[in-house]
Amino acid sequence: MKNTALTSTHIDLGAKMVPYAGYQMPVSYDGVNIEHETVRNGVGVFDVSHMGEFLIEGPKALELIQKVSSNDASKLTVGKAQYSYLPNEKGGIVDDLIVYRVKDETYLLVVNAANIEKDWNHISKYNTEVGAEMRNISDGFSLLAIQGPKAVEAMQSLTSVDLSKIKFYNFEVADFAGIEYVIISATGYTGSGGFEIYCKNSEVQQIWDKVFEAGADFGIKPIGLAARDTLRLEMGYCLYGNDINEDTSPLEAGLGWITKFTKEFVNSENLLKEKENGVKNKLVAFELDDRGIPRQGYDIVDNDGQAIGTVTSGTMSPSLNKGIGMGYVPADRSQVGTKINIQIRKKAVPATIVKLPFYKV
Amino acid sequence: MNIPAELKYTKDHEWVKIEGDTATVGITDFAQGELGDIVYVEVETLDETLDKEEVFGTVEAVKTVSDLFLPLSGEIIEFNEALEDAPESVNSDPYGEGWMIKIKMSDASEVNGLMSAEDYKALIGA
Repeated sequence: MKNTALTSTHIDLGAKMVPYAGYQMPVSYDGVNIEHETVRNGVGVFDVSHMGEFLIEGPKALELIQKVSSNDASKLTVGKAQYSYLPNEKGGIVDDLIVYRVKDETYLLVVNAANIEKDWNHISKYNTEVGAEMRNISDGFSLLAIQGPKAVEAMQSLTSVDLSKIKFYNFEVADFAGIEYVIISATGYTGSGGFEIYCKNSEVQQIWDKVFEAGADFGIKPIGLAARDTLRLEMGYCLYGNDINEDTSPLEAGLGWITKFTKEFVNSENLLKEKENGVKNKLVAFELDDRGIPRQGYDIVDNDGQAIGTVTSGTMSPSLNKGIGMGYVPADRSQVGTKINIQIRKKAVPATIVKLPFYKV
Repeated sequence: MNIPAELKYTKDHEWVKIEGDTATVGITDFAQGELGDIVYVEVETLDETLDKEEVFGTVEAVKTVSDLFLPLSGEIIEFNEALEDAPESVNSDPYGEGWMIKIKMSDASEVNGLMSAEDYKALIGA
């Protein structure tokens, strides 16, 4: 089991620790509901240093990224990031990721912790023909997500950059909390705004401490992975391993918006055919009409009790105080407003397909 | 960790309070802490007579769902309906307002098979 550079800090704070993607990670500190509420209305900090980071560099960097990823990285200028995924060769997804253009010929790929080795091997396989420089810097870098509507105001004293000027999915390489160069990125997985800070492991404790000092007047709190999941699910953001995986179609998952057929990439021909023929299933969002909590793996059933799909993510929404979830259903039954049922143990609980996000910030 | 000495316990992290032939059942302080914020307690076995270790309900936390196992054979004569509106009582007061059901025991000798507070403390390493 690996630790992040902050593991002992979390334990000292009384966090409940769980193994996650090979790391010992904080799942909650004060309780998931209060942590969720803190991010929705104030500001909270996540240690998500388990995430993986690859640097792709050199004159061939863009060519490699264009080949292995679905979004169009040629649109990135220095200081911009984009959400993307790595398609596999059989219609599914190797991983989803964020691509940052750090310099003209330097890109940072941020991937899921559980997939670091798999992604590295996958990209390397395609790099044998391309020949870009690749570096896996995951073990040396930390990532803090400072999220919530008060993040900008609470963190402004820590940097010379005007944080309010960094637009969504843009970033600056700048000073922060006494460290000369970190990446301050206006990204996140909560829907409530804020930043992600990439720094070296040796720097993260100082940054963590200063972030809490600066945020004290704003009621800043540490936030665990449990609230990270409820926050992302209220937005309808996909979680790799739940909503998307090696066997799910990115088009069925609603990732068509980051699938750019203006270029050739891994499996793009087949994905284009799939798009033209129309997808069989769709990932939909639903709210329960009655009490209950949908969970990953529960059946989605029609009114005759026939299974028509499976729940991929589900939880009790702390903001809405009702059961919410996502799952795949046949495309012809995926329209917003469609009534479905979620099989929760012996009961088929009625639910309604809704538009995302579940919760409007 | 709060483990009241006068209660009995199970390996499934339930507590049992015996009064005559009635047993009141809830989950322990340790269990509520492990589950995290509890959002739903479902008991659909009211008035049913079940055997020891059968599932009498479920407790849903934000992250997980757990079955509730009957610690003693008998009829489920009462469900704490206050939990329908305030499931968080299980977190804040697991041995008081967070109680879950009352059982009319069918075999009082089964009480001897429950754990003492000392044994339970040893089980969870408290």
